[in-house]
Amino acid sequence: MWNSFGFEFINFYFIPGLVLGCIYALGAIGITLTFSILRFANFAHGETMMTGAYLTWTVMAICSGVLGFAVHPLVAAVPATLLVVLLFLVTDRYFYKPFRQADTIKVVMASFGMMLIIRSAVQVIWGPNQLTFVPGIAKPNAYLKDWSGSIDFLLLIPNKHLFIFVGTIAFMMALSYLLNKTRIGKAMRAVSDSPDLAHVTGINVDQVIRATWIVGGACAMAAGVFLAMDIQMLETTMGFRMLLPMFAAAILGGIGKPYGAVLGGLVIGLAEELSAYPWIGDGPLLSPGYKTGVAFAIMVVMLIVRPQGLFKGRSF
Amino acid sequence: MDFGILLYVLSLLTVGGIYAIFALGLNVQWGFAGLFNVGIVGFAAVGAYTYALLTTAGSTYHLGGFGFPLPFGMLVAMITAAIVAGLIGLICIRLRSDYLAIATIGIAEIIKLIFKNETEITNGPRGINKIPRFWEHFSEERFYSSWPLSWFGTPEAWDAFFNSLPNWWWQPFFASTVLLIMYVIYRMLERARIAPWGRMMTAIRENEPAARASGKNVTARRIEAFVIGAAIMGLAGALFAQHLRLIEPTNTFDPAKVTFLVWVMLILGGSGNNRGAMLGAFLIWTIWSASELIITGAIDLLIDIFDGVDMGSLRTRAGFLRMMLIGLLLQVILQKFPRGILPEVRPASPKGIK
Amino acid sequence: MSKPILSLNSLRAGYGQTEILHDLSMFVQPNEIVAVIGPNGAGKSTAIKSVLGLLNISQGSVELHGEVITNTPAAKVVELGISYVPQNQNVFVNLSVKENLEMGAWTRPIGIPERLNDMYALFPDLAEKRNQTAGSLSGGQRQMVAMAKALMVDAKILLLDEPTAGLSPKYRSEIFETIQKIKNTGVPVLIVEQNAKQALAVSDRGYVLVDGANRHTGTGVDLLADREIARMFLGGGH
Repeated sequence: MWNSFGFEFINFYFIPGLVLGCIYALGAIGITLTFSILRFANFAHGETMMTGAYLTWTVMAICSGVLGFAVHPLVAAVPATLLVVLLFLVTDRYFYKPFRQADTIKVVMASFGMMLIIRSAVQVIWGPNQLTFVPGIAKPNAYLKDWSGSIDFLLLIPNKHLFIFVGTIAFMMALSYLLNKTRIGKAMRAVSDSPDLAHVTGINVDQVIRATWIVGGACAMAAGVFLAMDIQMLETTMGFRMLLPMFAAAILGGIGKPYGAVLGGLVIGLAEELSAYPWIGDGPLLSPGYKTGVAFAIMVVMLIVRPQGLFKGRSF
Repeated sequence: MDFGILLYVLSLLTVGGIYAIFALGLNVQWGFAGLFNVGIVGFAAVGAYTYALLTTAGSTYHLGGFGFPLPFGMLVAMITAAIVAGLIGLICIRLRSDYLAIATIGIAEIIKLIFKNETEITNGPRGINKIPRFWEHFSEERFYSSWPLSWFGTPEAWDAFFNSLPNWWWQPFFASTVLLIMYVIYRMLERARIAPWGRMMTAIRENEPAARASGKNVTARRIEAFVIGAAIMGLAGALFAQHLRLIEPTNTFDPAKVTFLVWVMLILGGSGNNRGAMLGAFLIWTIWSASELIITGAIDLLIDIFDGVDMGSLRTRAGFLRMMLIGLLLQVILQKFPRGILPEVRPASPKGIK
Repeated sequence: MSKPILSLNSLRAGYGQTEILHDLSMFVQPNEIVAVIGPNGAGKSTAIKSVLGLLNISQGSVELHGEVITNTPAAKVVELGISYVPQNQNVFVNLSVKENLEMGAWTRPIGIPERLNDMYALFPDLAEKRNQTAGSLSGGQRQMVAMAKALMVDAKILLLDEPTAGLSPKYRSEIFETIQKIKNTGVPVLIVEQNAKQALAVSDRGYVLVDGANRHTGTGVDLLADREIARMFLGGGH
């Protein structure tokens, strides 16, 4: 029964919500890991995401400009990831490590400062104007359109969204493998539980911290590139705009619970997009200008009602 | 040339003074009560918009034309900011520092969103302009045509009078007003600090479980500090609106420029110290302002040397370079001089011993 | 008297400027269980932590097999074969029993499957529950996990900080039995205990700590029989 409600709802509200949710989910994973293993809210996470997207753009530009061939964003993202991870590691070494044993406030302040430093650096290097990431209008995937049309369940999903879905699932599987089947992954979970116990168990906490930044960096990269692929452009407020919803997703899922972060991300992405749907009457339920308020409202409610989140992470 | 420097110094004092008021407000929240408020820009916006809406002339684009006296506008700005803070405080005050930071930054963004979306009231993204500036407003027709100025002369006479003045005549008055307000707030906060209220805040900050155990209502005191600090920030926001005369919801209230700068000012000057707040404000503002001159001058020099360089982009990018340097300055301060220039000044806690 | 495995020699140590241990000396020989008892605040836990490099040692030394390891960081100390079970938060609550044990073997990652089987043999309860999260176990079982985890590194000596705190009598006895089993596998045990009576009953020797220094020492049997100590601790149990 693919009536007009279903078609419109799924294709113009639900699927975009899912896409946004995937982006939030990936970003939130990085935040929840940093929050639980390094014990602070990393305000610079959004800007790092953005840097990843800009670096990917540069790689693509170099390839097509200097080397003469076009390269898919996901391929260009690979060398960019190395740079982003490097950025995270350097930032940690010089700006966060000094505050490991100090008040949380200091390191949060430092990350707030990093947020501005990174954003300003991007603005200096790439300029404040919008850049096109992928030109043109994304057309729905032909195979999917034909197949879904034939079973009367028309789905119009452009390739970029399909990449994002598949990419997110692949990422999650890799993450799950890392955390449950590898030594360093289990150590990350151990440090997240209790850094003191990890220390006296002989676990190399520095190594775990480095691994956290690497994984976080990879997640941030993925989120940044997917976002750029989705909105097809780059602009210097991208990072900050994503920051709050990602924090909200991490808190919703439970700090330290990567699966929670994913669920949180999906919920918030869907909530944002679905809030614009005309549930009652003709106009959108919530004026689209207030979309970002949705994430924030959910977060505040969680902090008051159930601060440990859905999956019972730490509430500190 | 001399005049130019004098006017420049006056503007440094004015804007520095406004930031000093922000910093004093933040010191109440952070220095006294240990509240990590990263949403300063939100309270500034509330204060600024309240003042603007109450005092601007009528307009088809936004609410206005109430004709309230300017000081009244500033007072209501404080009250509105205080009320908003009170509501926020009731919900969020118990949150741990990181969470409070996230919550306050979120609230500030929501506040800006509201101002951006309620276009009927606020003219949305285009903002409100022609905000009357205290003292300068006298030279506007709608003010000298009505009381009290109308008691002292006819509109024509006033018109001629104001035309005869140099166009910067109001600056010393405005600067003095800002500095006076700053001083009054400073004195009031100093008195509060040594008063029983201030001592109680110290006790709570140093040993919260003990304070609770001896029956002190920690939550209420914290909310008080939050509200008072916010009211001060609201006032600063109203003054800020007067300084700029045009406000709009996104660029004017950029957390990078307002929230961050005020934090750097407080940390550099010495948090927990009212004088430190003011010192930090003037110092950082002077550095910020002077760096603009230096960088612009350097760019002009570079452009002279290298012909054909794209001037425009270099200048805008230079602005971001400044922000980057201030960010690095903060990191250096956090690591090398975390206590700031002036030391934290705390009255002895009521029990005498920690 | 054989050469001690672990010795603390005239230690002055504390946190920052505060000194908690004043000229403390004690040692543990191979194949023995040594109990450290004393009133609250005497510095018993602090004495153990001083071995782990968690304190600031200003004077004196800590030696392992005669080699000085004073102020060595915890991770290195564990590598050298000193295993420590803290009083609180001694298991990773979100990891399974098996994963806890695997983490215990971090500094010696080779041959884990064999050692896992050894642990399951020593602690049969854990074998059943190996895939359950440690946080879902009872207090007594968690203590078992904590001890097994500590033993995964081919420990040369095991340091236990109040292992029976808050446990039911059944588990208390089980823990003390397990400690004897551990000693019999060749790992000496140093145990800090509030539960003085039961601890001394299984120990070969004991130290009574008061105000950060060693007041009495002797064999377990002698200390148990000592009237002054009985008076100090009123039976030593809770």
